[in-house]
Amino acid sequence: MGKLLEVNNLSISFTQYVQGLNRHDLKVISDLSLDIEESEIVAVLGSSGSGKSLLAHTILGILPYNAHVTGEVKYKGEVLDQDKKEKIRGKEICLIPQSVNFLDPLMKVSQQAVGECKDDDERKEKKLKQREVFAKYGLDESVDDLYPFELSGGMARKVLLSTALLNDPDLLIADEPTPGLDSKSVEETIQDIRKLKEQGKGVLLITHEIDVALKTADRIAIFYSGYVIEINKVENFLNSENLLHPYTKALVDALPRNGFKLTEGVQPLEEVSGCPYYENCPISSDKCANNKPELIEHNGAMIRCFNFNKAVSEDSVSEEVVDGVVSEAPVEDSVSEEVIEEPITEEIAEEVNDEEANDGA
Amino acid sequence: MELKAENITFSYHKNKPILKDISLSLNSNQIIGLMGDSGSGKSTLCKVMAGYITHYTGEVTIDGNAIDRKGFDPVQLIFQHPEKTMNPKWKMEKVLRESWIPPQDLKDTFGLKDNWLTRWPSELSGGELQRFSILRALNPETKFIIADEISTMLDAVTQVQIWEALIQHCKANNIGILAVSHDKDLLDVICDDILYFNEINHL
Repeated sequence: MGKLLEVNNLSISFTQYVQGLNRHDLKVISDLSLDIEESEIVAVLGSSGSGKSLLAHTILGILPYNAHVTGEVKYKGEVLDQDKKEKIRGKEICLIPQSVNFLDPLMKVSQQAVGECKDDDERKEKKLKQREVFAKYGLDESVDDLYPFELSGGMARKVLLSTALLNDPDLLIADEPTPGLDSKSVEETIQDIRKLKEQGKGVLLITHEIDVALKTADRIAIFYSGYVIEINKVENFLNSENLLHPYTKALVDALPRNGFKLTEGVQPLEEVSGCPYYENCPISSDKCANNKPELIEHNGAMIRCFNFNKAVSEDSVSEEVVDGVVSEAPVEDSVSEEVIEEPITEEIAEEVNDEEANDGA
Repeated sequence: MELKAENITFSYHKNKPILKDISLSLNSNQIIGLMGDSGSGKSTLCKVMAGYITHYTGEVTIDGNAIDRKGFDPVQLIFQHPEKTMNPKWKMEKVLRESWIPPQDLKDTFGLKDNWLTRWPSELSGGELQRFSILRALNPETKFIIADEISTMLDAVTQVQIWEALIQHCKANNIGILAVSHDKDLLDVICDDILYFNEINHL
């Protein structure tokens, strides 16, 4: 199966004027890599305000003028530049925008949904299709002639959704398609997105609702403070033990049905020199304070953490040694900085520890 | 204390009521959940109870007495979108001071960092702003909190932080909470009792 969309090392920063003519670069997305295959749904999950929507805006080329973008976006193997983006957006790549403010306030909703047409035949055809799609979402004919301000929040969302689906895109970018919808409409939206997948299309689902991501996606990318910290298969999200990054674990454990577990800490506002999760991380080492981990592959998942293996081995140790034999801990600490890739067995740990002891002597 | 709404009827358009004969009661130290479809009028009920809408029929009372809506209202409503409830031209310190200056330990409970106080609302994330809007509502005169989807737009970790802090404070200070949400799982965890809006709204 071909790759529909590839995003490689994408970084976005904004130039802001702080005071007078003093400029300041605000980094919003750092080193983001992501790919979507045909018939695949990839969810990008992150808290609100973390810059997820900008990813969508980058793919469509609708970022504001003061944005500075590095890295590349490939669609069906071709690098997308601004011209190409403008050509294919709205046709091959469609967006369900996040905010209902994206509707034109001075245009009836059915006109907006039909959009640009070459001639009358096309318009008639599209109009019929628009009616069909609207009807499917429970928007009856009286809605066609309404202006956006006359719609309730849920109705406006359905209009946005139908508008995007009307054009039969190969790649759908759904930017927060569900908030404000009741559970039945959420279910319908999820079903529709899954139907696109069955038709061989790709979907990039941007959301902060983990439940929606779990029900819809094949893979989930976790966004934290502008970084993708983990990309994992959806099955692994059912149990936090299968996940790699400590934040992802905390996120899954915090779900009401998984125990509503409290984790302290907030995302850093400023750019940090080390790992963005360093301050709140239970498994951090000195290395994490000043070095940024790379996104590396591990068992088919992607992970950005120096110590994720340490977490795994520590868990297994703590499970085995319940009776309070703690002597293992310092050994682990000293090793973890050097051995990143391989799970730490006790033998290796002892070996390295011996070497260190010799060095010291 | 008991916050009581009795036979509330309200309509935005003539002859087309959105709330009809709604009665509910909420005790101090109690957390009651309210679930319902979008557009069914939950937020309207919240606004009636918190005194934002005045031309309704029926009564909202505390211990049988009409609520004095002048000055600081003992029933405080927290909205879903904190960024819409703050003056964009006020720094966070002023936003908070409009209500009260919370003691340091309460700020710590809510994980409020001191350097956030000198920022503009546009410079904080939704989760951070929501901490401010909750703290702002927890003035010592507050007796009841109406939380209208306050954690819908937050990630799961932040959701737990905010609810744990709010519940801890309200239990300690004998404040009742009406929690409106779509999320049944969440309400199951935090609430003593759950009401279904369609069952109490006699349309």
